[in-house]
Order: sequence, then structure tokens, then C-alpha cells
Amino acid sequence: MATVELKDVRKVYGGKVEAVKGVSIDIPDGQMCVLVGPSGCGKSTLLRMIAGLEEITDGTVSIGGQVVNTFGPAERDIAMVFQNYALYPHMKVYDNMAYGLRNRGTPKDEIDRRVREAAGILGLEDFLERKPRELSGGQRQRVAMGRAIVRKPKAFLFDEPLSNLDAKLRGQMRIEIKSLQRSLGVTSVYVTHDQVEAMTLADTLVVMNSGVAEQIDTPLAIYEKPASVFVAGFIGSPAMNLLAGEIAENGRGVKLVGGAYLKPRDTVLPEVGRSVLLGVRPEHLTLVSDANNADFQLKVTTVETLGADTLAHGHPVDGDPKSSELIVRLSGDVQVRHGDVLPLAIDAGKAHMFDAGTGKRI
Amino acid sequence: MSARVTFPNKILPYALILPQLVIVGIFFYWPASQALYQSVLREDPFGLRTTFVGLANFRHVLTQPSYINSLQTTAVFSIAVAFIAMSVALLLAVMADKVIKGKGFYRTMMIWPYAVAPAIAGMVWLFMFNPTMGTFAYMLRSAGYAWDPLLKGDQAMILIIAAAAWKQISYNFLFFVAGLQAIPKTLIEAAAIDGAGETKRFWTIVFPLLAPTTFFLLVINTTYAFFDTFGIIHAVTGGGPGKATETLVYKVYHDGFVNLILGDSAAQSVILMVMVIALTAIQFRYVEKKVHYG
Repeated sequence: MATVELKDVRKVYGGKVEAVKGVSIDIPDGQMCVLVGPSGCGKSTLLRMIAGLEEITDGTVSIGGQVVNTFGPAERDIAMVFQNYALYPHMKVYDNMAYGLRNRGTPKDEIDRRVREAAGILGLEDFLERKPRELSGGQRQRVAMGRAIVRKPKAFLFDEPLSNLDAKLRGQMRIEIKSLQRSLGVTSVYVTHDQVEAMTLADTLVVMNSGVAEQIDTPLAIYEKPASVFVAGFIGSPAMNLLAGEIAENGRGVKLVGGAYLKPRDTVLPEVGRSVLLGVRPEHLTLVSDANNADFQLKVTTVETLGADTLAHGHPVDGDPKSSELIVRLSGDVQVRHGDVLPLAIDAGKAHMFDAGTGKRI
Repeated sequence: MSARVTFPNKILPYALILPQLVIVGIFFYWPASQALYQSVLREDPFGLRTTFVGLANFRHVLTQPSYINSLQTTAVFSIAVAFIAMSVALLLAVMADKVIKGKGFYRTMMIWPYAVAPAIAGMVWLFMFNPTMGTFAYMLRSAGYAWDPLLKGDQAMILIIAAAAWKQISYNFLFFVAGLQAIPKTLIEAAAIDGAGETKRFWTIVFPLLAPTTFFLLVINTTYAFFDTFGIIHAVTGGGPGKATETLVYKVYHDGFVNLILGDSAAQSVILMVMVIALTAIQFRYVEKKVHYG
């Protein structure tokens, strides 16, 4: 159990390709930090640098207050759960879990006690004598977890551990990992590209994009106040509507590229003439009964009926169909059809402004 | 069981496997049956008269001291060749796996010896270690070692073992490299995190996972040492000095084609065939049980 601190960590491959461009993260003891981002954003590289599987080009990684840059993976006292589980196929489940302890010279009875304890926690008692290939995906995942917890390491590292499981099992394992991590209180770093996993598991969420940590905060803070257009588009499903435009004169709000005007309430507007991206989440658009209370009229082009929700795709009536495309999340009992015109209001204070040039939040 | 594709045409499938059957028939079953037939016959020295003698040839062969000697020679030779060829190839493959720059070049160079014909390989080794003109023989002698494989049986044996093993290393290397590449890198990483050092990782993770490759190569190398080394032995020692390097397959040739004792030679080749079949069966029956497939 220990803190994990990254300070300006960089990774350059072959002196040219910069995969991680100076990331600093502080993970307090016992907390779970999730690194999320699209493929190739450097999240896995960062994790492998913490594990000691990848050399650190620049900056420092500390575990428990000690800089571990020059330490090998074994000396860092961490445990890692891999995407493909990386179970030793020729060893029984018991030996898979005992392997790390045996290498460290743990006494035999102590190994046996710890392996059985871990198997008990994970419900693997009946499978200890089996080989990995005789187990289902979820059971293999548990063995991989068991191999990590028997060692009682300073930190757990998870590299997309659930992406090889089917959707139902993924949801179930996600909850198990969360409660296990809570009850053991082990500092964890979890890499995923799945935003649901990211939102539900994280104490601290790090959204990464092309080697940079775009935003580091609690999941809710990131959802409510995304620091950049990238974060805004990445977190939330369906993704946030982002409409290009510029601040109009006479307090008319934002003049969208297609010509329509939108005026979000309770939102401080920047100076007139500035090019912005107006961001509104689909769930923050509300259907109003009276056209006079509406902020704009949406012409519906496509409807997706999901049961609980209905997603309506469309564009403002007086706007350009291509550049000002929007998605609205409506309650499932609302009847909407292709070609309808819906009067919509943006929820007060729920609009986001981003600078069109830098993509940063205004 | 997945659904099988069935062909409505009754003749086409047989036509497709016919070339293979013809080749196997002409070059294996026919000569093998001829050997079986010959092994129960005895011919007079001029080949004018042939008599059926039952198992007399076998009895004669198995009581010959030179045949027992040849059996021992073959055992020493085969075990040494298979062991050396496989362990050196494994060592080289493990090292090649670590090379990053010039990987392709290094591998290509390693595979080349396989393209050399056995007799040529034998000649190369013969030249290098020829007592009168060989470079290495000269070096050995100036180092104070009395090197003369033409007179000393054990040295002749070492020479053909070296030549035969050297020739097979490339082949084994190729398979070991492929086998090593098939081991997921994450397993090695997981073992490293689990605190296993490089040597420990090799013996507890890499080597067990290479077992299918190693087993396959064991079968191939045994048959290689038994049969395919004829060219090397013929070129380097001719079975000599004395009978020091006369392996079973060489004795078959020598008794049959040089001494023209066709019945004995045929009986020997039948015994040899039975031995290799038995050896392979044993390997599959017992050794394979210890092999873990993926």
C-alpha cells in the first residue's frame, strides 16, 4: 500500500516518436486512478512505465515515496492484470497464483494460506487444480486478479482487463473489481478505453489524448466541466453536441455556422465576434410545450428508439443540416417521427463554451 | 465438430491425392516391400540362384559382433547429434530473439547451412579437419593435441557428430525461433513482475511452452541422425577407421552394395525400419504426454 506519483513522465521511441509528453499524476494511497483515452493516446505506455516494462525517457515515477525509475518490474512490488490475462498455460490455477510468491521465497504454508484465501475471495476454490484452458473467460480473469492479490503488492496495475469479456460479464466484473479494490484498499492504476468503466471505477480520472493528460479530476467534475473539446466529446454517451459558431452582437447568443442563433441561459458569453464551439449534452436539451419558451426548433432527421430513451437526430430549422447536426436524448415515452419539428430548450447553465482555435474551455 | 464440406464428385478427391499416393508408393512402399521380400532370401555370390531361407538372415545379422557394434555406434551418434543440434539451436534461437538490429540478416545467416547438401557439408568438415591439410587440424596439432581422425575412431566419431549436428542446427533454429515467437510477450512480462529472473523465466515459462516444438524436433532429429546422415558419414569417414563410425544405415549400404550380401542387408534395413517406427511410437506414447499444447 503506497502512493503512486508521476512527475513529468515522458516516453520517446527511437529519439523521434513522443508517445507520452510529460504527464504528472498524484495518486493518494488506496485510491483508484483510471487512465482513459482512444487507442494510441499513450495510456498503456504510461502504465507499462509504472510497471517497469518500459523505460522512462524523462521524469520520475515514485511508488511509496521512492523513485523507482531504475528498478526492474520485480523490485517495484507491483502486480499487473493484463488484457489477455497472461496466465501461465502449463500451470494449474494454484501454481499460477503461487508462482510470484515462490519466486520471492515465501514459506510453503504461507503460500498455501494466501492462495486459498485469495481463491476464497474470488470464488475459485473449486478450480485450483485446473489448467487455465479449462476455465471460462470470467474465471481466467479472476485467476489473473488472484495472482495479483496473493502478493499483497504496493499497487495494482490493470491494462484493459475487461475488454476480452462479453458485455454482461464485463459489467459484473467491473463491480467486482471496484469492491475488491475498495476492500483491499490497494492503490490502483486502471487503463481502459471504455468510458463507462472509466466513470464508474475512478476516484481520479485522467483523460488522455495523443500523449497528453487533457484533464485530471473526479469523474463527475470531468463530466460537468470538461476542460477541452476533446474531453467533452470523449466522455458522455451519446457524445456532447458541438456546434461551431461565433458570438453574435446585441446579446443574441451564438450565431451558428449555418445561420441559426442559439442563446444559452445562465451562461457567461465571451466577447462579441469570437469563434467558439458551443457544447450541449444530448441529455441537457429539454422538449418544451410552448414554442415561445424554446431556444430553437429542431428538425428531426433520424430517430433511435432505445426503450428507456429516445434519441432524436436533427438540426435547427433555420440552420445548416450538416454543420449544425444535433442529438437530443428524450424520454422513452415521447413519440417522435422523422420530419417532426421539436421546440427545445437548453437546460440553464448546462451549455459549454470552447475556444474554436485552441479547443480549450472558456 | 464443425460441419464437413462434402464433394458430390466421387472421382475428383481420389484424383487429387493420387500424385501423393504415387510418390509414396514408388519411393516408400515398393522399396520397403522389396526389402521385406529380400530379407527372407539368400542369393549366391553371382546372383544366379535365390533360395528362401526364412528368418536365417535375421538370425545371422543379430548374432554378428559387427552388428552389435554398429548398434552401439548408432546410439552414441544419434543421441549426441540430436542433443547437440537441438541444444545449440535453442541457445542460438534464444539469443536471436534478443537481437533487435539486423534481426532478419542474422536469421538468414543462421538458416543458410540447411541449404548445404549433406555430402558437401561432410567434405567441408573433412577439409577443415584433414590431418594433412586441414586448417583446424593444424591449429589443433599446434595446440599440442594429437589430432588424426583417419586413425583414431573416437576422433572420427567426434568429427561426424560435429558435422551432422552442425548441418541440423539451422533447421532446429528455424523451428525454435518460430516457437519462441509464438510465446506471448505478456507471459514473459507477467513472470518478470512475478519476480522471476531471466534464467528462472526460461526454465519455468519459456522452456515448458516450447515443449511442442522440442518434441517435434526430437522426432525429426532422431530420424535425421538415423537416416539422413549417410551422406556425411560416407564423405568423411566411410564408416572407418575400422568400424568406428559405421552406423546402422551405413552398414546396410556397406553390406548390401559394397559386400553384396543382399539378404543380410535387406534384413538389416527391415530391423532399422522397425526400430525407427518403435522409437517414434515410444516418443509419441510417452514423451508427448508431458507436452503441453497451447
